[in-house]
Amino acid sequence: MEFINDLMQYEFLQKAFFTSIMVGIISGVIGSFIILRGMALMGDAISHAVLPGVAISFMLGINYFYGAVLMGVLAAVAIGVVTQHSRIKNDSSIGIVFTAFFALGIIFISKAQTATDLTQILFGNVLSVRTSDMWITLVIGGIVLLTVVLFYKELLVSSFDETMAQAYGLPTRAIHYLVMVLLTLVTVASLQTVGVVLVVAMLITPASTAYLLTNKLWIMILLSALIGAFSSVVGLYFSFVYNLSSGAVIVLVATFLFVLAFIFAPKQGVLWRSIRARKSKSAA
Amino acid sequence: MTGTVSVKNLHVSYHGKEVVKNISFEFNSHKLIGIIGPNGAGKSTLMKAVLNLIPKDKGKISFAGDSVEQVRKNIAYVPQRSDIDWDFPITVIDTVLIGRYPKLGLFRRPKKSDKAFAYKCLKQVNMEEFADRQIAELSGGQQQRVFLARALAQEAEYFFLDEPFVGIDVASEKTIISILKKLRDSGKTVFVVHHDLTKVVSYFDELILINKQLIGAGPTQEVIKPEVMNKAYNIDFDLLNQMGVGV
Repeated sequence: MEFINDLMQYEFLQKAFFTSIMVGIISGVIGSFIILRGMALMGDAISHAVLPGVAISFMLGINYFYGAVLMGVLAAVAIGVVTQHSRIKNDSSIGIVFTAFFALGIIFISKAQTATDLTQILFGNVLSVRTSDMWITLVIGGIVLLTVVLFYKELLVSSFDETMAQAYGLPTRAIHYLVMVLLTLVTVASLQTVGVVLVVAMLITPASTAYLLTNKLWIMILLSALIGAFSSVVGLYFSFVYNLSSGAVIVLVATFLFVLAFIFAPKQGVLWRSIRARKSKSAA
Repeated sequence: MTGTVSVKNLHVSYHGKEVVKNISFEFNSHKLIGIIGPNGAGKSTLMKAVLNLIPKDKGKISFAGDSVEQVRKNIAYVPQRSDIDWDFPITVIDTVLIGRYPKLGLFRRPKKSDKAFAYKCLKQVNMEEFADRQIAELSGGQQQRVFLARALAQEAEYFFLDEPFVGIDVASEKTIISILKKLRDSGKTVFVVHHDLTKVVSYFDELILINKQLIGAGPTQEVIKPEVMNKAYNIDFDLLNQMGVGV
């Protein structure tokens, strides 16, 4: 209750509140497509690859958003080029490219001498969200959600059966890069709340939880967004009241929900599955 | 002529190795065409190359005089069952509904009429009672029938099925082949990658027999002759016939 009072009272807390809800929603939505397309590793890669972009933006005195998006997309293209033009497998090319970007970022950041230090970018701090950051997050969120609504059909079919989609004329490569751009946008938006290192958890943990709970894509996306937003708010609460790292708490809340689903999910949970297995055994 | 598929001097290589060598053929509509050949002969590769889904080195492909890109919305493709993520969160009816997407175009949602049409297609393959199941809850034959229903929902002119009869039950196989024959009778052109030689005579009007290169293309009875088949399989088919294996 006291938390709600504080929420009404403190502007920094309101900014943190709206930002983390939006981040929870959009990472849950994009995360659903990421895990269904088998691109969890790509999510991790892009989130690390934006680091040099953040540093360059600080050097140039522009908003970190621009540099981060540029570097994220550049990394996605570089990964695609390495995979397509050599015998290197996809996971290896992801590893090569994102570590290179990340390493470059570390050097840039240490040279950039900014107020925002490396720890802040790596681990996030939702309580330090500035007004401009909040607006960027909300605008990014709006763009991401609108894009998913408009291209829902195309995202669904290209995630489910890419060859069939290609056969009837969908530009599947363009859709892949669209997903990469959306992924980069979500990553950038998440920097403040969970940080580079833990962004991947926001992308795949709520989506995986939802994946265990439903057989319909749109319900999965909705649930995933809900779980993401809930984890963010609960995480923010613990982070504020007990002075803990916001990103870490948010991720742990999401993980806790995943464990619940992993055990108790009606169809996919291990508990019911073992009960069903035992029943069919005794029946036989 | 509408429905004519013509392929001239098609070459495809994969990692620098030529897997499809100089293949040419031409078929009219009203035909059910089997693409056969031994394992690793390049059957699926040939089908994908004809559809321009993988890059080709050389060759000219035309669909009734048009390029494949011009007729994309009239192409229904059914992938191998092993290429599909069966755990994808999608129900049977929603899988069939995807067949309506090509004609809907961007930004438009499937309407009630599309759903009704998808349901009708599902009925044709006798799967309507499974409409709300998740696709992993089906048997192999049922899964293949659902994907055929999706192809039907596309109302396409050209049908391409990659190994639709692998690992499925007899009843499903019968349903599928009878639907493919109906499609042929209504004027569609149907290509099927197939590796089981036992039923090719009763299934297909025409055959494309390949083993990296073209061994034979034409009416089934002409291609299935032992002297032609020998070239692809390097086995003595006369001997197998005498033994009663019957190909």
